[in-house]
Amino acid sequence: MTALLSIEDLKTHFFTRDGVVKAVDGVSFSLMRGQILGLVGESGSGKSVTGFSLLGLVDPPGRIVDGSIRFDGEDLVKGGEPMLRTLRGKRIAMIFQDPMMTLNPVLRIDTQMIETVLAHENVSRAEALKRARDALVMVGISSPDERMQSYPHQFSGGMRQRVAIAIAMLHKPDLIIADEPTTALDVTIQAQILAEMQKLCAETGTALIWITHDLAIVSGLADRLAVMYAGRVVEEGETARVIERPLHPYTKGLIASVPQGKTRGARLQQISGMPPSLRSLPKGCAFRPRCARADEACLEEPALEEKLHGRKARCFHPWSLDEAADARRQAPSRDGMAETAT
Amino acid sequence: MSEPIIEIDGVSKRFVKSLDLAERTARLLGASVRQLTVNAVDGVDLSIRKGEVMGLVGESGCGKSTLGRIVAGLYAPSAGAIRFRGRDVAALKGKDAKEAALKVQMVFQDPMSSLNPRLRVDQIIGEAPRVHGLAGRGEIDAYVEAALQRVGLDPAMRKRYPHQFSGGQRARIGIARALAVQPDFIVCDESVAALDVSIQAQILNLFMDLREELDLTYLFISHDLGVVEHISDRVAIMYLGRVVELGASEEIFASPNHPYTQALLAEIPTFEAKKKTYSVIKGEIPSPIDPPSGCHFHPRCPHAFARCRTERPALKETAPNRYSACHLNDAS
Repeated sequence: MTALLSIEDLKTHFFTRDGVVKAVDGVSFSLMRGQILGLVGESGSGKSVTGFSLLGLVDPPGRIVDGSIRFDGEDLVKGGEPMLRTLRGKRIAMIFQDPMMTLNPVLRIDTQMIETVLAHENVSRAEALKRARDALVMVGISSPDERMQSYPHQFSGGMRQRVAIAIAMLHKPDLIIADEPTTALDVTIQAQILAEMQKLCAETGTALIWITHDLAIVSGLADRLAVMYAGRVVEEGETARVIERPLHPYTKGLIASVPQGKTRGARLQQISGMPPSLRSLPKGCAFRPRCARADEACLEEPALEEKLHGRKARCFHPWSLDEAADARRQAPSRDGMAETAT
Repeated sequence: MSEPIIEIDGVSKRFVKSLDLAERTARLLGASVRQLTVNAVDGVDLSIRKGEVMGLVGESGCGKSTLGRIVAGLYAPSAGAIRFRGRDVAALKGKDAKEAALKVQMVFQDPMSSLNPRLRVDQIIGEAPRVHGLAGRGEIDAYVEAALQRVGLDPAMRKRYPHQFSGGQRARIGIARALAVQPDFIVCDESVAALDVSIQAQILNLFMDLREELDLTYLFISHDLGVVEHISDRVAIMYLGRVVELGASEEIFASPNHPYTQALLAEIPTFEAKKKTYSVIKGEIPSPIDPPSGCHFHPRCPHAFARCRTERPALKETAPNRYSACHLNDAS
């Protein structure tokens, strides 16, 4: 099975007066149909810009300078705006962090939803209205007929995000890019949205890229994880295995610094220092100044390579390589089977 | 068990939107316009012991920040009293009142909006101790340097403006400012919410180090249950202005008693290396303008019965040092 989406060496740079900001600098990953990918990173790691680049939503002074985005066999970078117009909202949809960014505050919900349907399909208004109504029911909005007559400000934050999801689902897209859609929401509402997305993806076979800074959320949701640092993917692999045995020191540090019940009373293991400025990245590995395992070798730029079966990391001194290799030797068949099956 | 440092005694806070002229006229003419009252905090009793970290958890609109601001003296309570070291803060006069106000400080959520952008860091941190005579004119530089060092900032940066710092550094400046007047009690209102995970870990560690070093007591307000579970000795859960459950942190997280706490804890995205199916708690948080009768949680509660609709449950001791406000505890 070929990948639905495959990104090769994507570079999105911003040409500002103070210099070039390499927000995304060589990101590669691929995604199968129906798969959920968690794109994890801290602020400034380039995770959102990666998502925007996929849909061609990067505004000047930023632009894609290199790399390819292949979606279902077609190159979106080469295809440019005309091709993207036919895909946006139809086959690739996006859910933003703030639903007010998706929704027009001066239009009623039904107007906006009908508009979305008619933009890509030649159907009657009545048919479009029915489709919109069904989408609202699907995301769990009660009394949809009444709610469709409302304006966005009449909804609570969680409801607005549901409407945004309903709009994203209108055309049953092949891929949804969700950029921190639950960050602004309360815990109970966040769980409702997560449950909804999980159900919808399983039902419709939609692939999902979930962009977040919260490892805990994607650890329970995503099939695969890609961890970003300073514009690059530093680790990629199956979620459970990345969480259990992180390879890259940054991933390991990130996991250890999440406060939870287990860490009560103890000091959190912190990553010293802070993320580097994208204008002046350190030489070689971008994580080198904060890394306990760094040595002279790290002055060279490491490549994102397969370190273990189906697991990639961008590091010369990955963690738990030996342990992981041991574990794999003990139970080679089951792991191997799972890998080849996917 | 040490003596309480802060006692919150039946504190309520109401915000009233009074009617303007047009609305008053409309009401005279028979329109159904009424004054809007939000019961942000509704009869909360809480006692915080010296040296402990009290976590205050709840979703947005539950009144946790309002309660924090009342404790810090930024709002006056509409009813009830705050007692600091056994004395009612509102009744204190002159030197005692100033002393009590200084000893309780607050660290805010967003350091960018709580630091004056036009002041240099040494002014931000040095102003209060200078005004209150904690450091003389000649000593103020050394005092600010010590304050910066204590929170892990380079004193060489003291002439910079807030915008020249990163988010984590700004959080440290906010903490240094609060500590500059030598408080005993700190209210942390979502102080780590805006930070990245790796920076958040650094600041949480800093909070714990400072507590050891300076013998501080914290009221730690957060919506992030992971953070609260990590840092708190005791936890109070709030729902629509009321404390619904209170107890030792590990006990509450291990066996929550109140149905709301149970639901809330079930919803935390747990950090597991396996896929989880998210369950769903029904409905949304009702508006505090028109809260449900009786127990505020009853419309969303799976165990609600007739009594919950009419009678407000009291916060009662269900086990030693465990409190819960739920009628179910009486029934069984």
